[in-house]
Amino acid sequence: MKIKSQKDFWSGLMFIVTGLGFAAGATNYSFGTSARPGPGYFPFGLGILLAILGALVLFKSLTIESEGGDPVGAIGWKPLILIVLGVVVFGLALPRLGMIISLPLLIMIASLAGDEFKLKEVIVNIVILTIGSWAIFIKGLNLVIPLWPAFMTA
Amino acid sequence: MDLLNNLVLGFGVAFTLQNLFYAFFGALLGTLIGVLPGLGPVATIAMLLPSIYALDATPALIMLAGIYYGAQYGGSTTAILINVPGESSSVVTAIDGYQMARKGRAGAALAAAGLGSFFAGCVGTIIIAAFAPPLTELAFKFGPAEYFSLMVLGLIGAVVLASGSLVKAIAMILLGLLLGQINTDVISGVPRFSFDIPELTDGIGFVAIAMGIFGFGEIIANLSRPAEHREVFTKDVKGIWPTKQDFKNAYPAVLRGTALGSILGVLPGGGALLASFAAYTVEKKTKGKPGDVPFGQGNIRGVAGPEAANNAGAQTSFIPMLTLGIPPNAVMALMVGAMTIKGIQPGPQVMTSNPELFWGLIASMWVGNLMLIILNLPLIGIWIKLLTVPYRFLYPAIMAFCGIGLYTLNNNNFDVFMAAGFGVVGYAFYKLGCEPAPLLLGFILGPMMEENLRRALLLSRGDWSAFLTRPLSAGLLIAAALMIIVVSLPSIKSKREEAFQEEG
Repeated sequence: MKIKSQKDFWSGLMFIVTGLGFAAGATNYSFGTSARPGPGYFPFGLGILLAILGALVLFKSLTIESEGGDPVGAIGWKPLILIVLGVVVFGLALPRLGMIISLPLLIMIASLAGDEFKLKEVIVNIVILTIGSWAIFIKGLNLVIPLWPAFMTA
Repeated sequence: MDLLNNLVLGFGVAFTLQNLFYAFFGALLGTLIGVLPGLGPVATIAMLLPSIYALDATPALIMLAGIYYGAQYGGSTTAILINVPGESSSVVTAIDGYQMARKGRAGAALAAAGLGSFFAGCVGTIIIAAFAPPLTELAFKFGPAEYFSLMVLGLIGAVVLASGSLVKAIAMILLGLLLGQINTDVISGVPRFSFDIPELTDGIGFVAIAMGIFGFGEIIANLSRPAEHREVFTKDVKGIWPTKQDFKNAYPAVLRGTALGSILGVLPGGGALLASFAAYTVEKKTKGKPGDVPFGQGNIRGVAGPEAANNAGAQTSFIPMLTLGIPPNAVMALMVGAMTIKGIQPGPQVMTSNPELFWGLIASMWVGNLMLIILNLPLIGIWIKLLTVPYRFLYPAIMAFCGIGLYTLNNNNFDVFMAAGFGVVGYAFYKLGCEPAPLLLGFILGPMMEENLRRALLLSRGDWSAFLTRPLSAGLLIAAALMIIVVSLPSIKSKREEAFQEEG
């Protein structure tokens, strides 16, 4: 069998797997009866319904011709990894190192994800955004965000 | 005159210094993001949600509403000047507006769009004020079965008009509903799908989902595409004011557009996009005077009609959200979320329990529209300069604000990691051609839908046919089914695809 729409093939598969996953998970909770639906009732039904729709998408992707096979295309690994890495590093660093270090880290890593990287511009961006965030969030909105590293304030 | 009293109350609220400031700030910010490439109202409102904790409910919602209609204005500016519609609803504006700009009449096009939108915004505001109370009264007659059916209709309505595959869009709704099931069951108190992670027993924060998918996911998608070249008509924007003849040509189009937009905006999922498409079609079919510029080559009616329609539609799409608590699009879903953050249960009771909020918000829309017209015409030069801000400065800023916002939600980095995960999911959706907006709608409505379904079943003693024997509920479900059938008819299906082809 030939895949006629790659995008639909993979999304169909995704819907089936998540639908069945939720339905399977829902069996851990009491199903109840129709008259007294339990916590598992709604998610189980939804999961099965999602899996059915996923199967429909999958079936269509194998039977209906699409233009040029509807390819998923190359995955942009560089931005994917760097953007996610930037956010995760920021999440890890903020409570320990404070905004003054974690925000520049985030902006630096994120900027590496683009096509053009000019160190001078990135440094300007870091200075503006860090001072701006301090002014808006800590000074202006009075939000509780650690500014300095934990070892300096302790 | 109840209507008059209510509007007086509303304007009293809207004209306080604080609320004027937030309406202004929201409108300004909305225009800004409408103009800036690669940043939409959904991501912006998600970014601002954490700061809402610091505000009262009324100014917070006034600000968010301002962002929403401000973005509609800003989106038309980019459509006219660089042929890149900032919002999907200004797609048709680009057709004639850009041609006008190329002929050196950008000023007239921008003014027609602005004044048309302002007029439509005024009418839309009055319509909300007039129709919200009776609809609210109707909503009070709704039992759980009716509410459930109404939500089904709302969700289906929101996707039949979206672009792309209908089956996939419905599957995305279901996925959203399922993600909304990760919480503690309200009836039995059992934590579901939490994998013993304490943060998950309260459910996934919808800010984390919105920022992850619409913020980070879109940044990844934008960066993985080759950068687009933009041609900006900066020098030609002189003579902002249109000629007398322009006014004469444009005003009937504005009237028609406003009427169409107001009606279509109320329909679930209708909103601004459909309104502007319909208005353009109507204008094209309406005979003009001899000697008019043909459509597609810079006819002012092709700008004024759709712009009036999309603004009227944007305005009246508040009606289902305000009266029934049912969001017709992703921005409204975030507004519902914002209400919940402030401890207001969205639904028909908002009008009676929080009249200042309800009428203040409506009045502030008119005020905001007035501000936009004052703001936009003189400031057009600044907006044009902003168009040239490179994306490489912009996305780190988006990420910084999202990161800080996520952390401050619960003063905890859990939401930051969740959003990072949803960034990956969002990119996967983009790659697989799955629209993420229906997922957000499903996620917001999920818990409400489950509660109403279970209550309805409890009341009917487990009899599913109750949804079809109660006339109101049956009517709503039949309407939903009809929508799916009509859209799946082969002849309409091909037309629908054609319409969205033009858009792309």
